[in-house]
Amino acid sequence: MTKEVAVLGVGMHPWGKWGKNFVEYGVKAARDALADAGIEWKDVQFVSGGDTIRNGYPGYVAGATFCQAMGWSGARVASSYGACASGSQAINNARAQILAGLCDVALVVGADAAPKGFFAPQGGDRPDDPDWLRFRLIGATNPIYFGLYARRRMEIYGATEQDFAKVKVKNSRHGLNNPNARYRKEVAKEDVLSSAIVSDPLHLLEICATSDGGAAMVLTSMEYARKHATDPVKIAGVSTVTPNFPNTVIEMPNFATDSAAAVAPPETPFKDSITKLAYEEAGLGPEDMSMAEVYDLSTALELDWYENIGLCKPGEAEKLLNDGHTTLGGRVPVNPSGGLACFGEAVPAQAIAQVCELTWQLRGQAEGRQVENAKAGVTANQGLFGHGSSVVVTK
Amino acid sequence: MAKTKVPAIDDWFRMDFAEPQLLGSRCTECGTYFFPKESHFCRNPNCSGTNFEEAPLSPRGKLWSFTNNCYPPPKPYMAPDPFVPYIVAAVELEREKMVVLGQVEASVKINELSAGMDMELYLETLFEDDDNEYIVWKWRPVA
Ligand SMILES: [Zn+2]
Repeated sequence: MTKEVAVLGVGMHPWGKWGKNFVEYGVKAARDALADAGIEWKDVQFVSGGDTIRNGYPGYVAGATFCQAMGWSGARVASSYGACASGSQAINNARAQILAGLCDVALVVGADAAPKGFFAPQGGDRPDDPDWLRFRLIGATNPIYFGLYARRRMEIYGATEQDFAKVKVKNSRHGLNNPNARYRKEVAKEDVLSSAIVSDPLHLLEICATSDGGAAMVLTSMEYARKHATDPVKIAGVSTVTPNFPNTVIEMPNFATDSAAAVAPPETPFKDSITKLAYEEAGLGPEDMSMAEVYDLSTALELDWYENIGLCKPGEAEKLLNDGHTTLGGRVPVNPSGGLACFGEAVPAQAIAQVCELTWQLRGQAEGRQVENAKAGVTANQGLFGHGSSVVVTK
Repeated sequence: MAKTKVPAIDDWFRMDFAEPQLLGSRCTECGTYFFPKESHFCRNPNCSGTNFEEAPLSPRGKLWSFTNNCYPPPKPYMAPDPFVPYIVAAVELEREKMVVLGQVEASVKINELSAGMDMELYLETLFEDDDNEYIVWKWRPVA
């Protein structure tokens, strides 16, 4: 397999609300990743930053910002933005450099210092920007879209609020012993259902918060890796696909779906197509996965992902959950890290953090949340404005 | 003195309280609909169309999903004080084969809604200032 790259080192700054600059979180994570890899900062040839758009200009040029903070070393640099998918864009760009033979050692870093409360659009009057207009004309916050998807599961598949709450209960248990998780407290179903409703049927405890945090990894060519490590974890597939026209599922920040009046919808809907490409690149399928890290922006959304990434057929996610298959100890644990439920979202770091978790799991270093006999895992996530994000990681 | 009713956004819907319609556009080459309007290049990747006609969208459709929003959104939403929760609906239009979002008429309760039910377009005040009432499209169950 010539398409593989090695994950030689991973590192994170714990998620939380620390009140510091995002650069500090990123540098801490980067230093940890370098130490984990046993590589000197000056040996890094390419730095791939995930952008944060909420921390001014340094956030837009995150790659260079981290380089400066680590001490200018002449490395080549890129900064990527793809909303919640920024991290996998950064991973993919580093991988492309390595596979093209342009470098052997790349450092991927993403970090965020998040504002309080709902994500708000950028300030100013921007009546041409759909992300501004959806707030202005409909008050369509992100949780509104999550609420629409959740209610759809109830109406079409007979899902219940109890089912959704159980996702939170599961993830809260998974994250209990994760030192990088922000929320490490067991949550009972009753706690979830008695918390305030944000966007019916979703309660406050079912919608992920925004967090500060940082994640980083050292990616290298397989040739380089073999000289520095025995049997490193590998990235076998990365997908950063956009939808195919017409995309017939309503998505943030849109007012409407594409019209399917002239062209029939694609055979594979967007969210299903995201992991499909990563599986294809890896030459593996959902049945080969020991675990998955998916974007549980809401509890119900985690259930959608079970189906989108091929763990079960449409409409069967509630059963998969209730039978315990996605719980640690089950057939294919989902979000063994605790997921966004225990982390909260640190946008440009999150997709990188998902891969960090799979790396620890595959090395057998996920203390207190270890998936037994883990051989391969998949991450799945989606960024605003049509950014697919999925990484397949193997032993 | 009564306030003047003005659209919260120009040219997105017909300001006709009796027969409101969303104003989309349609590619004259392939027939794809767009809302909001597309007027430069067709977004169907198999079509090179650059000509569009205004296309008033079907004022009726079927409810795809819905949710009740209980927390005040950030600006630029102009939330009343005290905040009033509102329902948002996604409605599937048969002819255009697309799903369109909108708030739901303020008097409708969430337990009156279920997926698949017939919905119709309706105009209602979104917010007001000293002089004007700003009007927006909403959905409501067909009586
Ligand atoms: Zn066309």
